[in-house]
Amino acid sequence: MSVPMLEFRQVDLFYGAIQALHQVSLQVQVGETVSLIGANGAGKSSLLMSIFSQPQVTSGQILYQGRDITGLQAHQVATLGIAQVPEGRRIFPDMSVEENLLMGSLVIGDTYVDEDRQRMFELFPRLRERRNQRAMTLSGGEQQMLAIARALMSRPCLLLLDEPSLGLAPLVVKQIFHTLRELAADGMTLFLVEQNASHALRLSHRGYVMVNGRISLMGTGEELLTNPQVRMAYLGGH
Amino acid sequence: MDGIFLQQLVNGLTLGAVYGLIAIGYTMVYGVIGMINFAHGEVYMISAYLCAISLAVLGFFGLDSFPLLMLFTLVFTLTVTGVYGWVIERIAYRPLRHSTRLAPLISAIGISLILQNYVQLSQGARQQGVPTLLEGAFRFSIGDDFLQISYTKIFILLAAFVGMAVLTYIIQYTRLGRMCRATQQDRKMAQILGINTDRVISLVFVIGATMAALAGVLITLNYGTFDFYAGFIIGVKAFTAAVLGGIGSLPGAMLGGLILGLSEAQFSSMVNTDYKDVFSFSLLVLILIFRPQGLLGRPQVVKV
Repeated sequence: MSVPMLEFRQVDLFYGAIQALHQVSLQVQVGETVSLIGANGAGKSSLLMSIFSQPQVTSGQILYQGRDITGLQAHQVATLGIAQVPEGRRIFPDMSVEENLLMGSLVIGDTYVDEDRQRMFELFPRLRERRNQRAMTLSGGEQQMLAIARALMSRPCLLLLDEPSLGLAPLVVKQIFHTLRELAADGMTLFLVEQNASHALRLSHRGYVMVNGRISLMGTGEELLTNPQVRMAYLGGH
Repeated sequence: MDGIFLQQLVNGLTLGAVYGLIAIGYTMVYGVIGMINFAHGEVYMISAYLCAISLAVLGFFGLDSFPLLMLFTLVFTLTVTGVYGWVIERIAYRPLRHSTRLAPLISAIGISLILQNYVQLSQGARQQGVPTLLEGAFRFSIGDDFLQISYTKIFILLAAFVGMAVLTYIIQYTRLGRMCRATQQDRKMAQILGINTDRVISLVFVIGATMAALAGVLITLNYGTFDFYAGFIIGVKAFTAAVLGGIGSLPGAMLGGLILGLSEAQFSSMVNTDYKDVFSFSLLVLILIFRPQGLLGRPQVVKV
């Protein structure tokens, strides 16, 4: 088997005395779409942020393309080709849409800026209409599109998404997942953290289920979708 | 309009532009790390000494062309003061980055005392001065009064506005400026996008110190005298200007400086010169009570 794009090896993470992650091991292969599902507070976001050492893991290893990146500072991790669409989107509220996109391409310089910006505007035509507007004036869905576009501006090898569907109207969620499906089809590696398990698992090759900081189940997207435990806990039992 | 009003308008504009320059340091530092740098006034004071030292050395070598004197003095003073800003952040604030909010504040007060005493010991407690470099003025008669605008004041206004314009351009339109704004708006996200925010914070301290140094050179040209305690009052004034404009907002700092300078000058002529500081600080109290976010600031939202 080839070297995985991302690998967690027995990772423990503590916030003071509270343990957020227990011996977490998982893998994301090159070109794969993997989702991590679990309830609110299960440790999913902590896991994603720990890739950027925010916070740093207490023990265990995080490997990216076979390289140990445990404890590397966030801005160094960003230069390796990992981009994140964080929880709550975290677009820069006082910057224009266009400036937000420029922030995404900082790590790769200006070589592809014009080309990529056009590509983002084709992917999300709403952003083109609002290119000079301040990002805080966008709707939630538009902000999510902007956060995804900003991440893509760095031409990442690995795209991490934290709850891209949170707080969005069903139609917008559908649209966002449609875009993710296209990205995956183009060969991008996606690692997705979601509470919206049905959408996430239908998109994914494989999935992990996290309960109280532990990986409790893993399998293909299909397997998890039909797993009675998962159906009861995360898919509303039907 | 009478002559005195116009005269104070000019005086106030000059003073206000300089307050604005110093206020930039308070507001930008507050913007990126949420801390009031109480040592900023002392950085200004240091720059006044550096300016005098530079002028003395250049005078010793017989340089007497005003543009050249200014050029060398500005380059020297801005650079060395910038280094002061960088060092202060590095030794007094960065180690406390993950500490409580109060710790860097106390550290700032400590740095402020250290700098005052260091200058007092090394340069003496006496008032220092520089000679007038740019003599002469434009005079206009207005009725019975006349309005006098010295060349020095014109130079101060020009230099201050050029400084502000250059900085505004950098912050608004360059990659460096976007990195500063990103760090200010969401430091964690800026890091995730590959920005070394520690470096950006250093840079902001250097920018603030440089702007204070520009103010230091300009005020020294205008008043000619200063002492080791000169940074205190003007520091608090510039802080007032930053709060008035909305702390964290760059245009706010410049606007706040101008408004404070103008209103202080008018108060001096219309009411009482001796109470002008009382006026400014009463203004600070009133802003803090009735509009704590300042003119251009936004009400603070607690981030989760």
